[in-house]
Amino acid sequence: MPPVAPRSGDAIFASVERVNAELFTLTYGAIVRQLLTDLEEVEEVNKQLDQMGYNIGIRMIDEFLAKSGVSRCVDFKGTAEVIAKVGFKMFVGVTAFVTNWDADGTCCSIVFEDNPLVEFVELPDTCQGLNYCNILSGIIRGALEMVSMKTEVTWTRDMLRGDDAFELQVKLVKQIPEEYPYKDDE
Amino acid sequence: MGKEVSESCVDSLLTEMVASYCDRFFANKPELAARRIEAIGYQVGHQLSERYTMERPRFTDHLEAIKFICKDFWSEVFKKQIDNLKTNHRGTFVLQDNQFRWLARMSVDPSLENSGASQDPSDASESKATQATSMHLYFPCGIIRGALSNLGIPCAVSADVSNLPACSFVIRIKA
Repeated sequence: MPPVAPRSGDAIFASVERVNAELFTLTYGAIVRQLLTDLEEVEEVNKQLDQMGYNIGIRMIDEFLAKSGVSRCVDFKGTAEVIAKVGFKMFVGVTAFVTNWDADGTCCSIVFEDNPLVEFVELPDTCQGLNYCNILSGIIRGALEMVSMKTEVTWTRDMLRGDDAFELQVKLVKQIPEEYPYKDDE
Repeated sequence: MGKEVSESCVDSLLTEMVASYCDRFFANKPELAARRIEAIGYQVGHQLSERYTMERPRFTDHLEAIKFICKDFWSEVFKKQIDNLKTNHRGTFVLQDNQFRWLARMSVDPSLENSGASQDPSDASESKATQATSMHLYFPCGIIRGALSNLGIPCAVSADVSNLPACSFVIRIKA
């Protein structure tokens, strides 16, 4: 069977079931707020949001691969482009782009301005250390780990802290070799 | 219609929120986890109803506010209306959604489905499935309570899922 051609992020977003973004935005906001109450320390909230993202990412990758028809990315460069162009679009309907590559092609930035997580959000002074969107970095880290790429994802720009865009630095730490034979039902 | 996100984003977020509270933050303390999940829903409902009623005149009675929840509010959140509304005219309302979206994709233990209400309380898988379902329902219950409270109606909300995938929300307005 010929491989299915990859679909554009726009085409996929148009074809999936969609819901009102307000519900998503407010739910995320309410979760962050509750975590701040329950965990008290901002650092701990950052950690838990990242963990929640990671757990989501390791499941979301399946849906991503199934719906996008993206086959093997040749290298980390291609992978980053796919996340920005297809991944962001198909789940949250926004466009991101990749920039700031380092010389050996193992570190780049994903930059975007439109971010449904932060609509209506303003951080109070007590939350200055909060990486409000940390769930997103966790999702990317989790999803990439499922396709054998161990990464570190950190925020370098954050509009909630007065920057002009959101910028996630994605650093490839290790490419885990795939193990043969596959243990599960391959 | 304003901005949208894929439905799976909301599903993933809710699943993970419930799992975090039940399995990590308050493992073995389901009643504490439940209270937090309900509180998150309350916050969301409160804010949503504020937004959806911005350009409306004030509701004159409870029934009018409940009808708003059944029609406009439910349509915004779930893209459909509540299918059936019942009331005893003494402050209790039952809202039934015949195909509640947030339960539609939840798998239920097959042994539970076959036997109906199983009589065996030692059936661990059954109680686990039931518990997982009820944990997920604290969120929409909180949403309804938050929405009504924003409209000046203090109430208690519970859910009944005895005939899935239909789900009934029972609202008891506090006198």
